[in-house]
Amino acid sequence: MEKIDTFSVLNLSVKRGDRPVLCGLNFDLVSGLLLKLIGPNGSGKSTLLKTLAGLIDTEEGDVLSDGNSVIANREWIARNICYLSHKNALKSEFTVLENIKFWANLWGCQNKILYSLKQMGINYLRDTPVRYLSSGQARRVALARSLCHPAALWLYDEPTVGIDDQGLDYLSIAMENHLTEGGMIVCATHDTLRIKDEMVKNFDLTKFSVSLSSSGDGCS
Amino acid sequence: MSAHFWSVVKRDIKIGWQGGSTSSMVVAFFTIVVTLFPLGIGPEQSVLARIAVGVIWVAALLACLLSLDRIFQADYEDGTLDQYALSRLPLELIVIGKSLAHWLTTSLPLILITPLLAVLLNMNDAAFLPLIYAMLIGTPALSLIGTIGASLTVSLKRGGVLLSLLILPLYVPVLIFGVMAVDAGIRGVGSNASLLFLAAVTLFSLAITPWVSAAAVRLALD
Repeated sequence: MEKIDTFSVLNLSVKRGDRPVLCGLNFDLVSGLLLKLIGPNGSGKSTLLKTLAGLIDTEEGDVLSDGNSVIANREWIARNICYLSHKNALKSEFTVLENIKFWANLWGCQNKILYSLKQMGINYLRDTPVRYLSSGQARRVALARSLCHPAALWLYDEPTVGIDDQGLDYLSIAMENHLTEGGMIVCATHDTLRIKDEMVKNFDLTKFSVSLSSSGDGCS
Repeated sequence: MSAHFWSVVKRDIKIGWQGGSTSSMVVAFFTIVVTLFPLGIGPEQSVLARIAVGVIWVAALLACLLSLDRIFQADYEDGTLDQYALSRLPLELIVIGKSLAHWLTTSLPLILITPLLAVLLNMNDAAFLPLIYAMLIGTPALSLIGTIGASLTVSLKRGGVLLSLLILPLYVPVLIFGVMAVDAGIRGVGSNASLLFLAAVTLFSLAITPWVSAAAVRLALD
């Protein structure tokens, strides 16, 4: 893992199509902290994560890592960001291990596959085709795959959807390990993560989000 | 880098042959369309021989079109494209890899079965080799141009019809030169000129597809 000490977002504004979604958003994150995005449905949590992952162009603002602008820097993003959207990106034709192996190869981290399978408690499923998995199990597989990624900054969009109590425990432990090693996490979730309070920073998106009902085309 | 490229190609080939085996269905579609012509037009051998090349090319075009949506659709829906866009491998290479996989799983089987169907249509003996050459040179263009269309329509729910409208006109040069190459072969005047034109179409699509298609995919992921 390539360490990042600080990660900050400055005055970020994002539009989807013609509709402004986020306006003048600022936050700072330091190594070892989890930023928990909270806010009602539609407040722009997924949009923010997608933007940080470089999938959505920004209207205004900057993203800094250790003081350097990394916005839309694809090379930096590929090395330092692990993004898990609400979609699992698993192929139902392949087994769990085949699915994870493909991405681990692409990311250059095959040595972590077994460890991450065990960490999510799904080692017994490794040779099962993904089409036989329940949605919770599939989510665990997607999480295990993300754990293989060598990036320092994790962007997780609703990682806990569908997973059970034990899964939540495993995920929380994995997250805590990552934070203790000096990683960072930005996570949108409505669940309570079982992570030490001093490692979590809550961040309410409500005041930065542009509600659907508001008129006008810019930030107010 | 190249190992990663091939892993993307291999993955798509595997999916092409595993998941309900789209590839075998495309081959079946191609065969059925071609066999419908003798049934519809009648068994008169001279008529069939005259239309054989055109029928095979048009059927190949349609079969190719039928399978285009699978290039990106499933990857878009399950989030794989997001992960590709974030990965170290440039999206341009991924697009070419998927296009290559599409050609290997769709067009190549079609070419392999073509001689058989040509016999069925009583095609002129002199036309076999030119037809195979023309298909080998021309069908990569079908996959490449089709990749552009597939990436442009990937975020649309019912993109299939629009995809045909976008892509079929662009297939016209391949069809024209593909048929001309074989005609020239039959008349014994040498089909090199048409084959070179086909190669030009293929190379041109190879040159523009990665950029256009990758840009379209990025827009779709927004």
